[in-house]
Amino acid sequence: MVKEIESTGLPIVHMCTVVPISLTVGANRIVPTVAIPHPLGNPALSQEDEKELRRKLVRKALMALETEVDGQTVFDQ
Amino acid sequence: MKKIVHYINQFYAGIGGEDKADHKPEVREGHVGPGMAFAQALKDEASIVATVVCGDSYFNENIDSALPEVLDMIKSHNPDLVIVGPAFNAGRYGMACGAVAKGVSETLGIPVVGGLYPENPGADMYKRYGYFLETGNSAAGMRKAVAAMSSLALKLLRGEEIGSPEAEGYIPKGIRKNYFAKERGSKRAVDMLLAKIKGESFTTEYPMPVFDRVDPAPAVKDITKAKIALVSSGGPVPKGNPDRIESSSATKYGKYSLEGINDFTSANGETAHGGYDPVYANEDLDRVLPVDVLREMAANGEIGSLHEYWYATVGNGTSVANSKKFAAEIAQDLLAAGVDAVILTST
Repeated sequence: MVKEIESTGLPIVHMCTVVPISLTVGANRIVPTVAIPHPLGNPALSQEDEKELRRKLVRKALMALETEVDGQTVFDQ
Repeated sequence: MKKIVHYINQFYAGIGGEDKADHKPEVREGHVGPGMAFAQALKDEASIVATVVCGDSYFNENIDSALPEVLDMIKSHNPDLVIVGPAFNAGRYGMACGAVAKGVSETLGIPVVGGLYPENPGADMYKRYGYFLETGNSAAGMRKAVAAMSSLALKLLRGEEIGSPEAEGYIPKGIRKNYFAKERGSKRAVDMLLAKIKGESFTTEYPMPVFDRVDPAPAVKDITKAKIALVSSGGPVPKGNPDRIESSSATKYGKYSLEGINDFTSANGETAHGGYDPVYANEDLDRVLPVDVLREMAANGEIGSLHEYWYATVGNGTSVANSKKFAAEIAQDLLAAGVDAVILTST
């Protein structure tokens, strides 16, 4: 899906937990997430901390969208 | 009698479904689950001395620690061969089987036999580390898979020569093997050319690799002016799953309005995905589709705006052809709506 959307020229960031799958299918901008059943959350945290975690991950995704890449790039910093 | 260790996931071990996918590696004596069918097919030539079980989510989320642990369990039984799966089209299970195959072939140097549907992401990534028999896309193909995998395993254990992928039914490993052909290359090439001119079928001796890659789209110039859209293969749908998107092998996607949704709760959203434990997503769908924080960011100017619809399907066992079709339609819709960039979440 990522490739098909990107092929129209729309920049797309793939937020997922199993990065090797994303690399295999060919996403170019990849942001690793928390866990398979809750990629953008962590039920073990308080509601505020969980939202802050999600905010940080989404900011990383936005940063990835603003970054020129010339091949598959995992934004894990 | 030759010794085999079998690797399976928590589901096939009878431990449980997605709610148990975080099960840590464990080893059991003898065969477990589908191992019984293998044991029967292997007759008295080989025996499954142990079965290593690991939850699919646990393995993939903790691969750096889970893989060495699984390999130690396998090694402690001194097998002559390892069987993984079959995993059919189960993505995380296929990835785990592939990683185990790679680990075994690199550290123990013994052959691995597995079973995968060709579209399983584990196939493309790990096909060179084992003999992965091509299976159907679901466990309905178990009987056939067991028969094919057992017969190849026995051939390997007997030291017999393994034929070509076509002859044996395994997914090509990307290995080139020299052999003496009856006719020289120039003659074979001209024969192929003549066949092509006559419109007859011919088989190339050197298939070109398929470079199924897309160039990265240019970056967004100014994210604070950009319209961002959300797409997900994790099955996030409005409460009640109005389009009845299937929990696996989806044949459709949904387009849903975000009007009036600033924050997901157990009252307005849920997941349709049958391939992971839905408890966390059903409690708070922002964990799959981060609408709450994107609403905030649109309000405080961190992004230009959030596209008023989201698009969702279930990636669980869904064919590549369907996924492509959904995404092509979604992309046209996004372009028509003036979307500048997309966040796609997967579970």
